[in-house]
Amino acid sequence: MTFGASRQKKKYMKKNNKNSVRAPFYKAIVVGVSAGGFEALNTILPALPADLTLALLIVQHRPADADSYMTESLNKKCAITVKEADEKELIMPGVAYMAPANYHMLVELERTISLSTSPPVGYSRPSINVLFETAADAYGAELVGMVLTGANSDGAHGLKVIVEHGGLAVVEDPESAAEKNMPLAALKCVKRGHVLRLEQIAPFISKLALEAEQRENFNTGKT
Amino acid sequence: MVISVKKSRPTEGEDIEIGLLIEALYQRYGYDFRDYSRASVKRRIMRRLSLDGFANISQMQHRLLEDAEFVDTLLQDLSINTTEMFRDPDFYMALRKKAVPLLKTYPSIKIWLAGCSTGEEVYSTAILLSEEGLYKKSIIYATDFNDHVLKKAKAGILPIEVMRGFTSNYQQGGGEEEFSKYYISDKRSVIMRGALKKNIVFANHNLVTDGVFGEMNMIVCRNVLIYFNRRLQNRVLSLFTESLVRKGLLCLGSKETIDFSESAHDFRSISAKEKIYEKKQ
Repeated sequence: MTFGASRQKKKYMKKNNKNSVRAPFYKAIVVGVSAGGFEALNTILPALPADLTLALLIVQHRPADADSYMTESLNKKCAITVKEADEKELIMPGVAYMAPANYHMLVELERTISLSTSPPVGYSRPSINVLFETAADAYGAELVGMVLTGANSDGAHGLKVIVEHGGLAVVEDPESAAEKNMPLAALKCVKRGHVLRLEQIAPFISKLALEAEQRENFNTGKT
Repeated sequence: MVISVKKSRPTEGEDIEIGLLIEALYQRYGYDFRDYSRASVKRRIMRRLSLDGFANISQMQHRLLEDAEFVDTLLQDLSINTTEMFRDPDFYMALRKKAVPLLKTYPSIKIWLAGCSTGEEVYSTAILLSEEGLYKKSIIYATDFNDHVLKKAKAGILPIEVMRGFTSNYQQGGGEEEFSKYYISDKRSVIMRGALKKNIVFANHNLVTDGVFGEMNMIVCRNVLIYFNRRLQNRVLSLFTESLVRKGLLCLGSKETIDFSESAHDFRSISAKEKIYEKKQ
């Protein structure tokens, strides 16, 4: 289900595309996920192709002393690289960066990753809002924000900021989510975007990446 | 004339203002946040902006230039002071197993804890050293650029409700004593035992602007470099290299690494996971 996204995109392109300036396309997807996230990520990430032209930055709420087992097990199952983010790492397409347990993950304007031990935000560290808000600053209209299953309301404000900066909102259908509170909170905050069932999300990401790639080829004259 | 705006980032103007505010703080008061990771600094400035109800960052800059008290508020905002006793217990376990045997070979030990904040890790280190029989011949230099946190660190007073978590950290970090023997408690708070403070020297030192702190056998600086950009990280790491004796130890936070810095070739890793390095020459 889509609500108003295409209209917003058109308006954006009209405003910014007058003098054959390259149309914006998505460079990164930020994902916020909490309770039920293990299954959600295990459904989405293994279904993505190795040559994905987008980067993924993921905050999965987990205990402060959680180890990197989840990341490592995902990496084994996926064609894309799944890794815990290192500080000052340059964000690359085809890689999913997981926020390390007990650190906030932030995006710098030069599109590198920063980590922080500053106090939890809304009881969470890593906080989805911290990732979303800083990524919105760095990527503007080239960003997609996704709020998946979870029992709290982290990410709702961040998703609103992403949309205000011209980015695209995607929310997991509360009916398909293991925990629906987080998607519901996001839908309350955001007026435009897509609501997708869990199984629709990976194909949607692949489609976005393909569109971006085609646009890139068009602009560089490749076929 | 038509002025074309190059890029479509809505916050570009705001980011320029943030840069100017940081420049003003440096030029007027000498506090240098210019090479800090900007995303984190911006979040904290924007939080202050909304708390104090400034209309925009330029208005805040004007206040900053005129009002020395406000500078102090902003400095507290910009300094991150989250810390725990025995934070990352695995690190303290590695310290016991990998660093202590090397430290035991010295007749006296100088340790620099840079960016010590409110002192939780200073007392953790003192406890570990005393359990390993090294505290009596050690001096710990605990430094921070923030006088408020140094004062707290010196006092060694902690709210009682955090002690349960710290006790569990201590045990996971290889501690086998009754943790409560290291502090005196009343209903609300605990105070670290005086014996632990005996060989600790608290001092103000700013890693960004101050110089070498000489002849250290070990430097512990955890979760400080993550707030700096690459250039400043290089500066601080070379400061550490110069401050260490030959075969001195450098301990960084678990998400920090020396690998991509200019100092990489000066060290060899002795615990890859817990980020403990030994200076080569």
